[in-house]
Amino acid sequence: MAMVLRLSLLLTLLCYSLNPSFALYEDQVGLMDWHQQYIGKVNHVVFHTQKAGRKRVVVSTEENVIASLDLRRGDIFWRHVLGANETIDEMDIALGKYVITLSSGGTILRAWNLPDGQMVWESLLQGSIPSKKFLSVMMNFKKGKDNLIFAFGRGCLHAVSSIDGEVLWRKELSELTTESLEIQRVFQPADSDIVYAVGFDGSSQFHTYQFNAKTGELLKHSVAAFLGGFSGESSFVSDDILVMLDATGSHLVLISYQDGEINFHQTYISDLVPDCSGVARILPTQLTGIVALKTDSSAVFLRLIGGNKLEVVEKINYPTAFSDALSYSEGQKAFALIQHVGSRIQLTLKLDNDWNSNLLEESIEMDPQKGNVQKVFINNYIRTDRTYGFRALIVLEDHSLMLLQQGEIVWSREDGLASVIDVTTEELPLEKEGVSVAKVEHNLFEWLKGHILKLKGTLMLASPGDIVAIQAMRMKSSEKSKMTRDHNGFRKLLIVLTRAGKLFALHTGDGRVVWSLLLPSLRRSEACQYPTGINIYQWQVPHHHAMNENPSILVVGRCGLGSDAPGVLSFVDLYTGKELSSFNLAHSIAQVIPLPFTDSTEQRLHLLIDAGGRAHLYPRTLEVLKIFQSELPNTYWYSVEAEKDIIRGHALHSNCFLEETDEYCFSTRELWSIVFPSESEKIISTATRKLNEVVHTQAKVIADHDVTFKYISRNLLFVATVAPKGDCSVGSVTPEESWLVVYLIDTITGRILHRMTHLGSQGPVQAIISENWVVYHYFNLRAHRFEMSVIEIYDQSRADIKDVWKILLGKHNLTSPVSSYSRPEVVMKSQSYFFTHSVKTMAVTSTAKGITSKQLLIGTIGDQVLALDKRYLDPRRTINPTQAEKEEGIIPLTDALPIIPQSYVTHSLQVEGLRGILTVPAKLESTTLVFAYGVDLFFTRIAPSRTYDSLTEDFSYALLLITIVALIAAIFVTWVLSEKKELREKWR
Amino acid sequence: MDKGKGVLVRRWAIDFTDNSTTTSSRDIPDPLGFSRASQDQDDSSVSKQKKDAEANWKAQKAWEVAQAPFKNLLMMGFMMWMAGNTVHLFSIGITFSALWQPINALQGVGKVFEPYKDSKVDTLTPKLLFIALNLVSLALGVWKLNTLGLLPTHASDWVSSLPPAQEVEYSGGGLPLR
Repeated sequence: MAMVLRLSLLLTLLCYSLNPSFALYEDQVGLMDWHQQYIGKVNHVVFHTQKAGRKRVVVSTEENVIASLDLRRGDIFWRHVLGANETIDEMDIALGKYVITLSSGGTILRAWNLPDGQMVWESLLQGSIPSKKFLSVMMNFKKGKDNLIFAFGRGCLHAVSSIDGEVLWRKELSELTTESLEIQRVFQPADSDIVYAVGFDGSSQFHTYQFNAKTGELLKHSVAAFLGGFSGESSFVSDDILVMLDATGSHLVLISYQDGEINFHQTYISDLVPDCSGVARILPTQLTGIVALKTDSSAVFLRLIGGNKLEVVEKINYPTAFSDALSYSEGQKAFALIQHVGSRIQLTLKLDNDWNSNLLEESIEMDPQKGNVQKVFINNYIRTDRTYGFRALIVLEDHSLMLLQQGEIVWSREDGLASVIDVTTEELPLEKEGVSVAKVEHNLFEWLKGHILKLKGTLMLASPGDIVAIQAMRMKSSEKSKMTRDHNGFRKLLIVLTRAGKLFALHTGDGRVVWSLLLPSLRRSEACQYPTGINIYQWQVPHHHAMNENPSILVVGRCGLGSDAPGVLSFVDLYTGKELSSFNLAHSIAQVIPLPFTDSTEQRLHLLIDAGGRAHLYPRTLEVLKIFQSELPNTYWYSVEAEKDIIRGHALHSNCFLEETDEYCFSTRELWSIVFPSESEKIISTATRKLNEVVHTQAKVIADHDVTFKYISRNLLFVATVAPKGDCSVGSVTPEESWLVVYLIDTITGRILHRMTHLGSQGPVQAIISENWVVYHYFNLRAHRFEMSVIEIYDQSRADIKDVWKILLGKHNLTSPVSSYSRPEVVMKSQSYFFTHSVKTMAVTSTAKGITSKQLLIGTIGDQVLALDKRYLDPRRTINPTQAEKEEGIIPLTDALPIIPQSYVTHSLQVEGLRGILTVPAKLESTTLVFAYGVDLFFTRIAPSRTYDSLTEDFSYALLLITIVALIAAIFVTWVLSEKKELREKWR
Repeated sequence: MDKGKGVLVRRWAIDFTDNSTTTSSRDIPDPLGFSRASQDQDDSSVSKQKKDAEANWKAQKAWEVAQAPFKNLLMMGFMMWMAGNTVHLFSIGITFSALWQPINALQGVGKVFEPYKDSKVDTLTPKLLFIALNLVSLALGVWKLNTLGLLPTHASDWVSSLPPAQEVEYSGGGLPLR
């Protein structure tokens, strides 16, 4: 065994010396990786069609992305992903060439160049109190050629020049009032130097302001109080009339504010709409003379007649979506309305002053898996025959974006994939007689042609055209996109849950969507007002007994925002993409614990812990109950309460004390708790080992045939605490008052295995546990650099097992089950290194048998994934390793971890908004599949110790074949010749 | 082939003197003065001398053959010293040949001493010497294998594939789900 290992070591060393870099060759990009770019759910849309040879649309999204899309194909021209807390509040267009965005709670105003997306200027807006954000670009104001921008945020009104972003004047409006002010509208009548601002504060005072547009001088300020108070949105029916709802939501308030004179006029909603029930809401349409009102069951359009009277124009039943108003022609405004009729959607365009006729009426077939239309944005264009055409950009319930034009879907983008919540993988079906793969199989002639081309490439006889053909052939090799399981385990299904509550199955070969399912149980309904998806778990992975069953997953969600909201469970078949069943639970879900047992149909047992600390067992069958009863004494759970800085361990006790007896519910009792002193320590990060991690061996052979035993436990919890002051971002504390303490805790007994303090360090901490080691990343304030530390845990109680004969005869207890209560003697080895990057997320490679050496996958701040060999994070590194240690592969100690540019897994690409990295073992021991997700998705496979167990993809089989044939021919020829010669010798 | 061997070993011979006491020759009486016994005696003394020489020669040869592995041993030792203690193709090749040769020789120990087999020659001691020397050579090979670290003599060689011990308890949990 040892010899084989050493020989393989020798071979790998040989490989290393032959080929020093891990990087890809240029022509290998895209062979085993794919990269998809998304933008997220669209919030704001700005069309720009002027001078447009290339028609584009600029959108901003919930994922804080600003992107310019091609209107013909939906491709991204340019895209910027802003930081996680830079929410884009408002977007507009200025000067016809800049996109203006107001972000970060109304404090940052930026202008982006339309054609290439470069940032032209940026202004920081000052302000004191958080308030509603508002942005308005004055198109009609001519001051030279400048368009003035009015931005309201944090209680201040700013007038900003659109050319260079200079703040021309600034007015603290909140100073003039006592409570927070919300500006509803800023406008400027044509050919006037006066700017009007309208808003209300404290939900009862209505304000109008008049400013000098050039100087910002306050000309007039008038206030009027309305006793009923205001709530929600407002709608401007004309330049001087505003419609709002009162605080109770039962009255419509018409406010006219001609020349600083404010008049209120109330109307009962139920007077206008007799059968109205529930709370109404005003839709922020900007149509002249029309107010749109949304109630629980319908949408009502009201027209203003005679100054202060409203009448119902039309009532539309739900579900519907409306667009903003579009200036269509002189004084006319158009708006779009989308209704669902069965599986089709109906797009209707109406003019605000001519209600009876529709400008456009189209009906389009829609995929039911996309859900309801949530937002509509319309735009007009001039057709070749000089008439107006309309296009509509719609945002659907699953966050996908679609362009409708002339009754057709021009393109559609699956932008829900920009907000992935959780990912898991599943094997594809086995290749069977019944499973059709004929579609991707090609005929013999093509196969031969391909191999001849490849051979030409190998022998360097290929022309440039051939090379292109070879490359294209490699790229869309049918092998990788088949819908069946492959021998190496590279082809899998990636099951992705998005924030919209939609499940996608992506094929790992080319990243295409195999099926998608908008989970009915996670859609808004009467019973469940704010459903949210939380996590997905592998529910049933068919193995030996249940081979004919399809695999299924469990989707855990909850009905509401709080942690005590009742839970939702949904089971989905992974091959058909259909929901098998779903349950609305009576209890909440605080934690889900997959247990290491399965029932006879390979369904995994899960414990769902509710907010009250009770454990609920699933699936609910008697068989499962029997399995669980026998394991009950050895099942524990722990909870980390980050707000209270307490970690508690619990044991399962007996059945719950509820009104009705529930055999599947267990009460728990607290066994231990660790209370951190809240004045000096605050939990900021925890980490545990991955449940499905495979460890090959418990022994580690070090130099001179010595052996140490790793402490491998699944019940290990890493906790990092910092000084409460150092909780914030870098730079908020001095090194003296900041520290970072890391703990390793056994979650069964609550025993603290190890505690270490890093003085002068602070978070954020990213940590990862694998096998017997922990790696974590933090900021060192004294050195002003990021650091990474490693802790390796060894079992000292086994260290004395050194006798070969004892081991040979099996007289040792190395493989007998261990209990945490036996208090193993552990020793820690630790080392720290500087690291250049700040880290967004970390993962570690995992392989099928756990033999291959490990690499850390580090998601850097630049949204790339860096592979770092675990050998660099080895506490046994010294400055001058001995010969034996060098042979073992110990690298001489350096103060910083090297960043080798070739070891970026994402090569030249960026996974914008990187949030997580998932590693999945392939069947081939050397290979790990890596899926990185954020706004973008990226998939590749890596081999941490190179592919020692397979030939590389570019291996020329044809050359091998030809060599073998030539050799056999040569053998025959020489044999015949030698026979002849022998015969001649004999006759002589 | 040795020259002496060629002289000694006849290919074939016809005995014209029929000195057998078969019934066909018994009718004819011996000529006068012919003594059958003396001729027999004379003949046997010559062959006895010859046989002694052969036996001596065989014994000597057997000893020579038995000592042959010693030279081999020295050469192997030198080669091993040259090969060094690191694992690479050359040292592995030499070590394996050092192991293979004695094993091969030990397997064919009967065959090697076949030509010298004689009732009078004692081949047992040369055989034992031969075996002993080859065993030494084998031991040298094994020792070399050990110095290369290719022998599973350490605990580390036996525990390196031991799977981790199972844990009795199971626990799960963590931060509450968001």
